[in-house]
Amino acid sequence: MNPEQVGLDRQEWEHLKGVLGREPNELELRMVGVMWSEHCSYKSTRKLLAKLPKEGRHVVGGEGENAGIVRLSDRLGLAFKVESHNHPSAVSPYEGAATGVGGIIRDILAMGARPIMSMDGLFFGDSDSPKAKHIREKVVEGIGGYGNAVGVPTVGGLTIYDPCYEDNPLVNAFCAGVVELDRLCSSKTARPGMRVVVLGARTGRDGIAGASFASTELKDHGASNKPQIQIGDPFYEKLLIEACLELLNQGVIQAMQDMGAAGLLSSSSEVAHKSGNGIDIHCDRIPLREEMEPWEIFLSESQERMLIICLPEDLPRLSATAEKWGLEWADVGEITDTGVYRVFRDQRLIAQLPVSILGGDSPAKDWPSAPPTRPRPRRDEELLSSQDAADRLRSLLSQRSLMDHSWIYEQYDSMVQLRTVLGPGNPVSALWMRDVGTLVCSMEANPWMCQEDPFNGTALVAASTLRALGVAGAEAMGMTNCLNFPSPEVSHQYWELQRSVEGLAWAARELDCPVVSGNVSLYNESPSSRIMPSPLIVSVGLVPQGEGWLKPNEIPEGAAICLVGSSSGTVGSLYGSLFGPGGSEIAFAPDLERRFIGNAMRTARSGLCLAGRPVTRGGWLSSLVKSLAPLSLGARLDIDWPSPEGYLFGEGGPMAIYFVEPQRVRELAGIWSGFEFRPIGVVTGRATLDLGGCQLNLSDLGSLRGVRG
Amino acid sequence: MNYQISALIFPKRGVLDTQGRAVMGTLVDMGFRSVRDVSVGRFVRLSIEAEDQASALSTARRICQELLANELIEDFSLKEGDLSL
Amino acid sequence: MMAAVVTFPGSNCDGDVRVALESVGAKVQMVWHREGSLPKCHLVVLPGGFSYGDYLRPGAMAAKSPIMGAVVEHARKGGLVLGICNGFQILTESGLLKGALLTNRDQRFICRRCHVRVERTNTPFTNLFVEGQVVQFPIAHRDGMFFLPQEDLDELEGSNRVVFRYCAPDGTPCEAPNGALNRIAGIISREGNVLGMMPHPERATLAEIGDSFGTTLWRSVERWIEEAGLI
Repeated sequence: MNPEQVGLDRQEWEHLKGVLGREPNELELRMVGVMWSEHCSYKSTRKLLAKLPKEGRHVVGGEGENAGIVRLSDRLGLAFKVESHNHPSAVSPYEGAATGVGGIIRDILAMGARPIMSMDGLFFGDSDSPKAKHIREKVVEGIGGYGNAVGVPTVGGLTIYDPCYEDNPLVNAFCAGVVELDRLCSSKTARPGMRVVVLGARTGRDGIAGASFASTELKDHGASNKPQIQIGDPFYEKLLIEACLELLNQGVIQAMQDMGAAGLLSSSSEVAHKSGNGIDIHCDRIPLREEMEPWEIFLSESQERMLIICLPEDLPRLSATAEKWGLEWADVGEITDTGVYRVFRDQRLIAQLPVSILGGDSPAKDWPSAPPTRPRPRRDEELLSSQDAADRLRSLLSQRSLMDHSWIYEQYDSMVQLRTVLGPGNPVSALWMRDVGTLVCSMEANPWMCQEDPFNGTALVAASTLRALGVAGAEAMGMTNCLNFPSPEVSHQYWELQRSVEGLAWAARELDCPVVSGNVSLYNESPSSRIMPSPLIVSVGLVPQGEGWLKPNEIPEGAAICLVGSSSGTVGSLYGSLFGPGGSEIAFAPDLERRFIGNAMRTARSGLCLAGRPVTRGGWLSSLVKSLAPLSLGARLDIDWPSPEGYLFGEGGPMAIYFVEPQRVRELAGIWSGFEFRPIGVVTGRATLDLGGCQLNLSDLGSLRGVRG
Repeated sequence: MNYQISALIFPKRGVLDTQGRAVMGTLVDMGFRSVRDVSVGRFVRLSIEAEDQASALSTARRICQELLANELIEDFSLKEGDLSL
Repeated sequence: MMAAVVTFPGSNCDGDVRVALESVGAKVQMVWHREGSLPKCHLVVLPGGFSYGDYLRPGAMAAKSPIMGAVVEHARKGGLVLGICNGFQILTESGLLKGALLTNRDQRFICRRCHVRVERTNTPFTNLFVEGQVVQFPIAHRDGMFFLPQEDLDELEGSNRVVFRYCAPDGTPCEAPNGALNRIAGIISREGNVLGMMPHPERATLAEIGDSFGTTLWRSVERWIEEAGLI
């Protein structure tokens, strides 16, 4: 077997031989090949990600762990992370999305946290082709099918449509869980003498691809040549969650790791590496669904399995709990003090590698980087008449990315666990947390903006999540990110990745919100297309118990509408992607953002407003319509015509819409003094947008009423 | 001895078969206009240790009545052997 | 009120039901499905969720759990039993209620608040509502289409055993979101002590998260227990 077959290049091969002092055998080579793959080792991005600020006053732990943790109270923490499952969702949309949800839930569970909420960022192709429709429908079904059954509410998300995702759909699954801080679980605390236990499903060939297909499989009647996709069982996962949390309460778990990509191998090597120890694994003791070779056992991605490290004397209690919940388990090895990862089969040593090789010392990759030279067309910014504005708004609102998504989120149970105050369809998600306060989460992405300028664009995406938290009145605690990019081996694409991470780091530092966890997904491209740079960011914040906060949706007829902030130019906006970008370039302005967030927090705390929301995709006119249309309300606006496109439809600057009693507009203006502030109209009881010059009938806009897929 | 019994469970006539209706709709959309009806059921394959075929079938019948089929809305039929081959 | 909430493998709403019941002062005990007996209690709740993953048929395998013997006995002796969503499915599978819950008309899971009309108020569960009152409860299910053959359906209606019916916000008839026959959202047994409903009253109990029509249901049970001298 030669190194190329497992994805190692010349440099990596030489490095490996150097560290081992010999050539690896086949099993060892396969193990290293997977652990040094981009997906497991982050070799292309490790150095970049090191630039992200990870510390903050709310941060409890999490560096290098499965998920980041922020403090909710003296006793409680919130573990959260977002992860991608893009390539599997392209191949098998239902199972890919389902197992994506299952995987991130297990990551949160591995911290000792009970999962309390999920959100999903979906990027789909825009066409009506049967294949595109199939992917969209099945991904949504898969998320619902898994999330609902496992009892974790799906309380928000975002959905973006663009042709670049037609063959490369993206599914980013976010999960958050509550953990008792004195019962925090880790992968760092394994000590020599402890037992290594596999708990959960039997191991099969899930996730093992192509060339490995044993010839016996192909003889099966009618079996297709598709690689073995991972099949998820949410019922089994629910049992696993309950069993693990019970074991945690009993103090049985010393360290825990979820078995995700490269399953047993990556979880066991990570535990050993982070604990600074060695590990012996007997592959003949692992419960299997079918006969498998050792390398298949280690690389299998069978779902619903956890790796648990426990003291030998706790095995009986583990056994009792596993039996209660109907889960299989096996004692497959032990933690040692050798610093070596050793694999045994029937007592024979068949592989040994320094733990550091598998766990972290893979050579980092430095790809060449150069800015793109493609032309970036710009046109002059137009001044629009009210009629033109109405027409353009109508076109914008019929874009899938702006349409009502209730067909998606009504397939998700958003209410189980009795915490949901603001569910899907709102600009933020909010959960009531007894004795703690209100947890507020915002998920954002803007690939059009990041395509135009990955540095400022990514900073602005991060800022937009923090604006949303600020308008709600939540103090930001931390953020997580998923970097969805095409191949890093093309120099301008690597440049975009670099600049994006740098932009994220900049925003996180300037706005004082650390990046506590995250995920990278590269190589999202196909022969015919590649995706735009698509970083996705989720920020989490808290409204302390007893403090005032601001909801977006209790809007009465007669309320005055006030707009704060402004945008210039349509570069990077959805409008710009439709009609051509024009006007000034986007620029992240830290001071402006800080002032916005400060004023927004004061506004929320004051209780002055009836409702409020940040301006998001489509610009403020779109955001306003999306607030009013579901309530069968409209507005009469007082705008100067003609008006610049950028003002009406731009997305670059921090902006919010507030609904307030007319007699309190001045008070609100006082809070925002020194910042752009404009009363722009009043809420009416008829579903019409009166632009003062022409009218737009909102109940006509079918896209706002929800379309089936 | 080990006996393979195949159980077919399907919606009773007169019970709304929403799955069958949905499949029918899709087939028509796909151009299969000659399809007049679709009924979606379940196939369960049981491997039963028994003294003889008859008692294996008898056990299988009880299994269907007590668990596999909801007799309010489903009918079932049993066949010896593995119908999936 | 003393209540027992059964947890089956895959139940998700057992904890929610406990929280809701405790918020009105009930004493709640959680009971694992493998237990052979119930603690002393007035009300047994079979909660929502995905017992056994909804595999084979929703509620089919849970209905065979060891605890169900005790639940049936509790009902036979006049004790109160409430089945919510998956719990309703389990009640029909076990024969404690007659009917079946088929897959929703649109073949999709639906989660949203919906309006139901309280059709009958002389029950242990609805005596604090007003007959004809329109209330809001959330639904969250994939298999909620209530079904009975026509003859049995007529008999059910004739004996006034429909307790909740899906309706428009103003109480007028409208198609059930899941296609349920006769828009049936909840029914009661002939003896009047076993209620099954697809909507989730526990999700409409805590003021912090929404409506409180669920509270009225729990308080109805309390009142009935008091008046029956069972405290």
